[in-house]
Amino acid sequence: MVDKVHVKTTINGQEYEFLVEPYMSLLETLRDVLNLTGTKEGCNDGNCGACTVEMNGRIVDSCCVLGAEVNGGTINTIEGMATAEGLHPLQQAFLEEAALQCGICTPGFLISAKSLLEREPDADEHRIRYWLAGNLCRCTGYDKIIKAVQKTQATA
Amino acid sequence: MVATQEYKVIGTRPIRHDGLDKVTGRAIYGADVKLPDMLYGFVLRSPHAHARIRSIDTSAAEAMPGVVAVMTANDMPEAADELVDLGEGAINFSHASDHIMAMSKAKFKGHPVAAVAATSTNVAREAVAAIKVDWEVLKSAVTVDEALAPDAPVILDGWVGDDLGEKSTKPNVGSHFRHEFGDIEKGFADSTTIIEHRYDLAMVHQGYIEPHNGTAIWDQEDRVRLWTSTQGAFTVRTQLAGILQLDESRIKVTPTEIGGGFGGKIPIYVEPLAAILSKKSGGKPVRILMDRPEVFEATGPTPGGWVSVRLGVKDRKIIAGDADIRFDAGGFPGSPVGAAAMCVFSCYDIENTRIDGWDIIVNKPKTAAYRAPGSTHVAYAIECIIDEICEELDLDPIQFRLDNASKEGTRRGDGPIFPRIGNIETLEAARDSAHWNAPLDKNPGNGNVRGRGIANGYWFNVGLKSSVNLSVNTDGTVMLIEGSTDIGGTRASIAMQAAEVLGIRAEDIIPTVVDTDSVGYTDVTGGSRTTYATGFAAYKAAQNLIDELTARAATIWDIPEDEVVFEDGKFSSKSDPELSMTFKEIAGKLNETGGPVSSTGAVDLENAGGGFAVHICDLEIDPETGKTDVIRYTAVQDVGKAIHPSYVEGQMQGGAVQGIGWALNEEYFMSDDGQMVNSSYLDYRMPTSLDLPEIETVIVEVPNPIHPFGVRGVGEPPIVPPVAAIANAINDALGIRLREAPMNPGRILEALKEKNG
Repeated sequence: MVDKVHVKTTINGQEYEFLVEPYMSLLETLRDVLNLTGTKEGCNDGNCGACTVEMNGRIVDSCCVLGAEVNGGTINTIEGMATAEGLHPLQQAFLEEAALQCGICTPGFLISAKSLLEREPDADEHRIRYWLAGNLCRCTGYDKIIKAVQKTQATA
Repeated sequence: MVATQEYKVIGTRPIRHDGLDKVTGRAIYGADVKLPDMLYGFVLRSPHAHARIRSIDTSAAEAMPGVVAVMTANDMPEAADELVDLGEGAINFSHASDHIMAMSKAKFKGHPVAAVAATSTNVAREAVAAIKVDWEVLKSAVTVDEALAPDAPVILDGWVGDDLGEKSTKPNVGSHFRHEFGDIEKGFADSTTIIEHRYDLAMVHQGYIEPHNGTAIWDQEDRVRLWTSTQGAFTVRTQLAGILQLDESRIKVTPTEIGGGFGGKIPIYVEPLAAILSKKSGGKPVRILMDRPEVFEATGPTPGGWVSVRLGVKDRKIIAGDADIRFDAGGFPGSPVGAAAMCVFSCYDIENTRIDGWDIIVNKPKTAAYRAPGSTHVAYAIECIIDEICEELDLDPIQFRLDNASKEGTRRGDGPIFPRIGNIETLEAARDSAHWNAPLDKNPGNGNVRGRGIANGYWFNVGLKSSVNLSVNTDGTVMLIEGSTDIGGTRASIAMQAAEVLGIRAEDIIPTVVDTDSVGYTDVTGGSRTTYATGFAAYKAAQNLIDELTARAATIWDIPEDEVVFEDGKFSSKSDPELSMTFKEIAGKLNETGGPVSSTGAVDLENAGGGFAVHICDLEIDPETGKTDVIRYTAVQDVGKAIHPSYVEGQMQGGAVQGIGWALNEEYFMSDDGQMVNSSYLDYRMPTSLDLPEIETVIVEVPNPIHPFGVRGVGEPPIVPPVAAIANAINDALGIRLREAPMNPGRILEALKEKNG
C-alpha cells in the first residue's frame, strides 16, 4: 500500500482537508472519500462529461484529474449550485423545460452550461451546442437542454 | 383526429416531482448506494470470444490482503431449465445462470468467470488480475452467416433449436419460425412490380450513461436485500429467485434512481454475483459497479444481422410481402426476432404475406431489448423498399403509404387484427407538416449535396401488470405509491392521471417509487407501458378512493351513499344543495369521522394499442469526405393522448436521436477473433449536441379506446423510422441506396466511388 496524500482544498466554498490515495481520480475522491455523489460516473475515461466539475475556474472531467492534484485549489460541484436563496436559474430552467429524463447526465450539463453562460452570456445556439458537446445525453436528443440554456439567457 | 375531451390536469406541463433532486445532485442512483461495512466487488471476464475453461486458480487472489471472498461458477446454485416471461422477453434460468457466470465455456468476450469482494475496488481489481484461468481458445462465429455456415463452431453445448417445428440440424439456430397468410406465390405472380433487397445492420448498444450496478446483502437467514438501478424491481426479484434458487418472498429489491435503460436494464448481470459474494463474506454488503467497457462488452445490446424483404405491387397496391429476418442473439438464444416479425409489415395492408424469423446464437454478448426491439431493423428494409417502389413507379411516398396503410380491421402479419390505430392520421400529419411542405435546396452551393427522406414505423406496445396505492393526507394531498421505475418523468405522468380523477392539482399528488415489499407486483418500465398501464392502475386507485370518500361523505352528512355525487372535484348531495365539500375539505375531516382513507388499483392489461411514427429527415453530405449532417428533422407520432406533452416530445426527440446515431455512426466494430474493438464512448461515438439540429415534433392524438384517457405507448415508436428515413434521404441526395448500417462516411465514399467509377 502506498502512502496517502494530504490534500487541502475548497469545495463549494467550504474548506476540506483529507487523505487520498495518489492514484485516485478527483471523481473517486469526490464520490468515495467526500461522499459528494452528485457528480456522476458514466465512462471514467473523459468522454461522457457526467463527472464535469469546475476546477480553478475551468470545467474538467473529474475522472481525468487526480484527487491529489486539487491541493490548494478550488472546486465547484453540483452540490454547490443551489443556495439557501434557491435554485440557480439554469436548474430552474431545466425543470421548467423538461430538460432531463433519467437525470444521470444532468449535473454535468448544469456545470458545463453554467460555465458557458458565465463566459459567453450571449452564446448562440451553435455555440451552446459546441460548448455542451463534451456532455453526452442519451435520453433527450439534447433539444430541450439547449432550449433550457436559451431560456436562462433570455430571462437573465 | 385529435382527442377532444377537456381535461384540467392532463395535457398540462407541471414540473416533475423528482426533478428537484435530479437538478441538485441529491437523487440516489445505483452507484450512490453506500452501506456500513460495505465491500467492493469486481468481475474477472473472458478475454476470448469463445474459449473452454480448463481450470481456474483463485488461490493467489484469496491470499491477498483485503480480499474477503472469491467466487466462480461453482458457487452458483444449480438453476432450473425453464422459461419465464419477463414482460419484454423471456428468460431460461439455466441459461441465465450460465450467462451470469460461465460454467465451462466463455461464449463472448467479457463473459464473467470469477468475481472478488474486497475492502476497496482497487484491491478487488488487483485480486481479479491475480486469478489464473487456463483457456482452450475455440473458433468463434460472430455473424449470423458465420454461425449458420457448415463449419460453424458449436457455441451452446447440447442446445437443439426449433426449426419450423422440427429439431434444427444446425447447432447455432436458436429458433426458426414462420407466419404465413394468403397465397404468397399467387401474390407475386400477380404483381407487376417486384423489388427485393437484403439490408444488413451492425449490433448497437442502448448507450445509457449510467453503468449497471448492484449492492446486495445475503444474510444468515437466507434473506437477500438488493439495491440496483433497474427498469423493473419485481423482474429483478424473479430473476434473482430463479438464479439464486430462493423463494421470491426472501428477496427484497429496492430500485434506485436509474440513469437510462432503453430495455437494457431489464436483465440482471452483477446483481447475483454481489449477493453470492455477500453470502461468502458472512452477510457483509457487497457493491459491484460496471465500468464502461464492461457495459459495452458484457451487457445486452440489440442484435446485428440482416433483413431481406420482397414486395410485390399491382395497381399501386402492395399485394405480396415476403420477409426473412435473421438476428444474432449473442451467446444464448433470445433475440427480439419475434417482435421484429410482428412489426415488419404492420404499416401496410397486404393480402399475402410470409415472415420467416431466425434467432441465431453467435459469440457476442447476449442481446437484450432496445427500444422497440427489432422494429428498427425491419423498418430499415421495408421503408427503403417502399421508397424504391415509389421511385420506380414515380409515386408520392406519402400518398403511396396512405393508399396502402394499415388501419382498424387490417390483419397484422403475425395474425392479430388491428383495433383503432392512428397510422393514417400520422401519415396525414406528416404530409401536412411545415417540414414536408418546405422546399429543400438540394445544392446549397458549398459543394455539398442535400436530400430529404421519410419513413414510417410501428411498435405494438405492451400492457401487463401494475399496482398503485393511494392514501389521503388531512391537508388534501395524496400519497401515490407505485412500483414503476421512473426513467423519464413517469412519476409525473402517473400522478397526473390520478389528479385528473380526484380533481386536485398534479402537485398535490406525492408519488414515490418503492421496493418490492411495499407495493403490489408491477412489471418493468418497458414496452412503452408505464404511463399507459401504471397510469391505468392509478386511475383505478383514484376511482376507488372516490368511492371510499363518497361513502365517508354520506356518513358525515348522514344521507344514503347513492345521494352523494362527485363532480368537478366536489362531493355534494343530489337533494340538498347546502351539502358540498371539496376534496380538500373532506380530507380535513377524515380523522374525526372514521379514520384514514386509502385505496389500491391494480391492472393486468392484455392489450395496449400500437403506435405509429413518421419521421422526415433533411441531411447534407460532403461528397469529399462522406460526412453527413442532419440539418432538419421532424418526428410525427400518434401518442393516443399526451398526458405531459413535454415528456412526450422528449421521448420522440430522444428516440429519433438514438436512431440517427444508429443510422450514421454506431456499431459494434468486431475484430476477426470476435473482439469488440471500440468499447469506449470515444470510439463508439454516440451523437453529441453539436451533431444535431433541433428535433421538431408533431403530436397526433388518436385516442386509444381501451385506456380511460386514450393513452398509447410513446417511448418506442420514435426509434423505428430514423435509420430508413436517413437511408432514403441519402438516396435523395446522392442517388445511392446504402443497404448496410451504419451509413458512415467510409460506406458513403465507397458507394460514391463505385457509382462514379
